[in-house]
Amino acid sequence: MNELAIKDLLYKLADDQLILGHRNSEWTGFGPILEEDIAFSSMAQDKIGHSLAFYTLLQDLGETDPDTVAFTRNANQFHNSQLVELPNGEYDFSLIRHFLYDNAEIIRFEMLSQSSYEPIAKVTTKLKGEVKYHVLHANTWIKNLGSSTEEAILRLQSSLTEAIPYALGMFETSKFEQELIESGVYAGEEAVKAEWLERIQAVIEKTDLKLPDLNTTEPKFGGRNGEHTEHLQPLLDEMAEVFKIDPTAEW
Amino acid sequence: MELTKENILILLEEVKDPEIPVLSLVDLGVITGVTISDESHVTVNMTPTFAGCPAMDYMKKDVERTLDKYGITNHTVIMSFDQPWDSNKLSEKGRQHLKEFGLAPPPKYDLILDLDILEHAKCPYCDSENTDLRTPFGPTLCRSMHYCNDCRQMFEQFKPL
Repeated sequence: MNELAIKDLLYKLADDQLILGHRNSEWTGFGPILEEDIAFSSMAQDKIGHSLAFYTLLQDLGETDPDTVAFTRNANQFHNSQLVELPNGEYDFSLIRHFLYDNAEIIRFEMLSQSSYEPIAKVTTKLKGEVKYHVLHANTWIKNLGSSTEEAILRLQSSLTEAIPYALGMFETSKFEQELIESGVYAGEEAVKAEWLERIQAVIEKTDLKLPDLNTTEPKFGGRNGEHTEHLQPLLDEMAEVFKIDPTAEW
Repeated sequence: MELTKENILILLEEVKDPEIPVLSLVDLGVITGVTISDESHVTVNMTPTFAGCPAMDYMKKDVERTLDKYGITNHTVIMSFDQPWDSNKLSEKGRQHLKEFGLAPPPKYDLILDLDILEHAKCPYCDSENTDLRTPFGPTLCRSMHYCNDCRQMFEQFKPL
């Protein structure tokens, strides 16, 4: 097994979960209703826990410890998709992003739970059950709001159109793609994307929303190789503020 | 006390989930193994309920403290995903304690989570099954919130996972 390929995959998984976890936590105290405040805060806690599990696997492969990896890198050293770093916007945008992201993440976890690389298989076997709740939450709200009032439908549609190019960016392939597929680590990003499309279509069909034509949509690639929007560095600065003042602080 | 797996498990009955103080870690199902080497070194294997649960680190330290308290200082406590936790690992005694605490125990299931399983919760106060899932997230990562249409009260369920 090529260790560089495994590390590349782990960084993508861990960074996606960490950055979206941080964005979700920005809803704490600001949710449109109490239950949603709790939901986004809980998903934040889950996702940051998931990133820790992946950073720990990286540490087992010789990378530095999880806190240092999470708090001391600059934006161009992060491998998350650009989708997860975008600001929360209003609730409709956060909800659409959550729907597009978690429906993809659960497929990755399901595939990886069968991985030939045992440490990833063990961790994702556990995490896929947790992400199921995130998917349930997203799908329920999209179904309810996506067929409710005119304003809700308009807002969700506009956010969907805005988020789709970034969502396609999640499936940016790495230079190790073929190797990961051939060695049975997982079926690769194209396979994740095909399954994702089916699942999100099945939900969207139950609403008044329309999925934009993906053939004419230019995906926002780059995130997997450290190319990010202007929104990531300020997020990292805020996330690492305490750590940078006092790396030994406990909170 | 003779150093055996059974005796260690009896000691660990003392260690409770800090967020659900009626539930021991043994009943919660997070103690996945106890081994004793020929040199009397005790290894306790643990696994988290939820990967992001902030209580897990506390529980691990509590296990270490409890072993120390009984003079078992030659020990290692390992937290890993080697034997991942699922809610079927809650013991019958644990389920009973949860119900008495006012938390609906998770239903036993075939480990294929679907909406039916998540929505199905039996009210811990009146045993009614006429209940609705209000939100899959609650005051801690392991709880969801439900409403009982018969006794008209909100209640929490320990989530099936």
